Amino acid sequence: MKDKKIIKIYLYTRYERFWHWLQSFMIICLIVTGLEIHGTYKLFGFQTAVNIHNFIGLSWLILFAFFVFWLFTTGEWKQYIPTTKKLFSVILYYSWGIFQGKPHPIQKSKGAKHNPLQRLAYLGISAMLLPVQMVTGLLYYLYNDMLGILPLSILAVIHTLIALFLLNFLVVHLYMTTTGHSLFSHITGMITGWEEIYETTEIADWETQATRKN
Amino acid sequence: MTPRYFLKCCLTVIAVTAFFCSFQAAFASTLENGEEALGRKLAKQAVKDSKRWSTIDHTKVEALNKDFTSGEEITGACLSCHSEAATQFHKTIHWTWLASGDKSDIRYGKAGYSVNNFCISGNAMEDKGCLKCHVSWNKKGVKGEVNCLKCHNSSGFNFNEAFGDIKAFSEDNDPETNEMVKDIQQEIKQAITKVTFPTRKNCGECHFKGGGGDGVKHGDLDTSLTKPNRMLDVHMGIDGKNFSCTRCHTTVDHHIAGRIYTNPAVETRKSLIEDDLAPKITCVSCHSSEPHKNDSKMNDHTDVVSCQACHIPKYARVNPTKMWWDWTKAGKMKDGKPYVVKGPFGKPVYKSIKGEFRWEKNVIPEYFWSNGSQTSTTADDIIDPAQIVKVSHPVGDKTDPEARIFPFKIHRGKQPYDKIHKKLLAPMLSGKRGFWTTFDMNDAIEYGNKTLGIPYSGEFDYVETTYAFPITHMVAPKENALNCTECHIRENSRLASITGLYLPGRDKSNLIDIIGWLSVFGALAGVFLHGIGRFFTRNGKEN
Ligand code: HEM
Repeated sequence: MKDKKIIKIYLYTRYERFWHWLQSFMIICLIVTGLEIHGTYKLFGFQTAVNIHNFIGLSWLILFAFFVFWLFTTGEWKQYIPTTKKLFSVILYYSWGIFQGKPHPIQKSKGAKHNPLQRLAYLGISAMLLPVQMVTGLLYYLYNDMLGILPLSILAVIHTLIALFLLNFLVVHLYMTTTGHSLFSHITGMITGWEEIYETTEIADWETQATRKN
Repeated sequence: MTPRYFLKCCLTVIAVTAFFCSFQAAFASTLENGEEALGRKLAKQAVKDSKRWSTIDHTKVEALNKDFTSGEEITGACLSCHSEAATQFHKTIHWTWLASGDKSDIRYGKAGYSVNNFCISGNAMEDKGCLKCHVSWNKKGVKGEVNCLKCHNSSGFNFNEAFGDIKAFSEDNDPETNEMVKDIQQEIKQAITKVTFPTRKNCGECHFKGGGGDGVKHGDLDTSLTKPNRMLDVHMGIDGKNFSCTRCHTTVDHHIAGRIYTNPAVETRKSLIEDDLAPKITCVSCHSSEPHKNDSKMNDHTDVVSCQACHIPKYARVNPTKMWWDWTKAGKMKDGKPYVVKGPFGKPVYKSIKGEFRWEKNVIPEYFWSNGSQTSTTADDIIDPAQIVKVSHPVGDKTDPEARIFPFKIHRGKQPYDKIHKKLLAPMLSGKRGFWTTFDMNDAIEYGNKTLGIPYSGEFDYVETTYAFPITHMVAPKENALNCTECHIRENSRLASITGLYLPGRDKSNLIDIIGWLSVFGALAGVFLHGIGRFFTRNGKEN
């Protein structure tokens, strides 16, 4: 495999990359300020932390709507349909094969940006954790105006737990970006849009210009 | 990077910034300082014209242009015009010293069964020492004549002393002393024309000195409020609004708005917009229940937290207040004589006649749910001496819609109780048979309880008690209001004792925190080991 040619394909569109970095910025800010509100440490001061948290939280809710719109109008939502096909081989790769220099069992392509493990993880996060975090956050924010829907203690506990799960995700996610061809190739991919893959299929001439680079 | 790409990047950054800025303007205008909070606007409007006007000049009133020989005569002169004043006043608690308008109900009131943990009881107005603060001439209590000047004269002149002198001098017929009597009468004549609506000094003469001295009782009421600056009290500050007490303690037929023993000052907080004739006694009256800037998180607090809780960060900020009074120590003698020991702040920490004291300054309040009512344990109520007896304590809990978390001064002490009847006792203090003369507690109790008509078994001991004072004066300027983290903090939250609710920053679920952090640190450990593994196997690469 080592002699296989590495090529670049254009995987992430401009909006997608923009959204990825904006959302990551917002979520990191929310985790940092949220944990201060939680009482884990002192950084900005409680009041400032609350103001930043509420402001970014509400912005995120609004911007997320645009993302959902994009997801459905472009059909990109299909990228998140879970599959068990090859799931096991991906798990096997990360727990064993990677140490032996084996190639990744899945090659990214325009039609399948995420491997089966990623699909599952991202679906869980985008369809479960994030919406629940948004709803609990919003109810937390509007608590005084809708007393009694859910007691604050329950809202806060769910909100805190998911915040820590997202921090967990962030750790793993950041680490996984280093598992590309070089340590930074995945990150570079999300910045420029061009992701490195092994050349697998023959590409027609007309196709190379727009989507692949040698 | 091509110039075109660079341009696009810049445009994106500008667009994102613009979005956040417009959002900020739309939703978080509160963060800007320009606009004034609704509560301030309303309150300023409500007290815009503070000058009161009158159609009378008391220096021109014929009835007052007389040589008075007694206080009662002056009152007669007042009543010759203000025909209903005394009739009205006789019905108020300031006169009866009873909480109920019904004279046969003597349960609550200084003249009734009420006790505290200071000088304990008024002994049905038989303790003449207390009558210094009754609004009658010559400490006669309800048997006497109303002394209008106590509240309505601003001269500061000592009328009682003057009349005493006149009486003494007029007994001999020396022309020189006759001259002096004339001089005194001239002074009296001048002093009585200084008629006023009650000033802070008038009210403070009794209310700043409750419990037997400056600042003893309340903690938020002492002589520092006679001429406070606005740092001490934004409302009364002479460099601020310069309110008199009656600006908020509004009055109807001489009944002055305020809490009376168990009864709250108002049943429900209402703003003047909701009820323009409501007393101005609550903060909400003038400031409304959404006093802070639009959309401010602070407005979300007002259904649970009282204004006072944040806006009176500490009490007794200028003069110290008494926090502890131990009657068990009273009665010790030095060389056979009663004595006094002074301590910090130049205040007595021991007095043979009263026992041991502790004073504090800049005190952080204790916080309780309060709907404005207070319990009141009287000399006729059964107590449990095995526990600290709450002589007075706030009423309310979080399910009560009128209750708020409210700051209190808790005065603690030890005072006598009847070991057999299990009731607090009411020793007589002043006078011939009072403790301050005889230093015989048993006899003082015997005599004192008799004035109230409550039997005494003859066996007493001391019990620890608390007495709660709502802290509501000494409102600090808004920049000195509490920071969020005085309460929203894990350790040493001011509201540590307010449980049964979730307070962000103070509370957490230990279980959830452990699960969450285990997952985070588990992930860290996992990726660390995985990374090490990759490093040593070099991803299986040879080179
Ligand atoms: C990735 C997303 C988010 C994370 C990681 C996060 C994290 C946190 C954490 C850890 C807390 C402290 C909880 C506690 O101890 O009680 C918190 C509080 C809070 N969050 Fe979030 N949050 C997120 C999104 C949101 C959103 C979308 C909103 C909606 C506007 C929101 C609104 C709030 C509010 C209102 C509080 C309570 C602040 C206060 O005490 O006033 N959060 N958040």
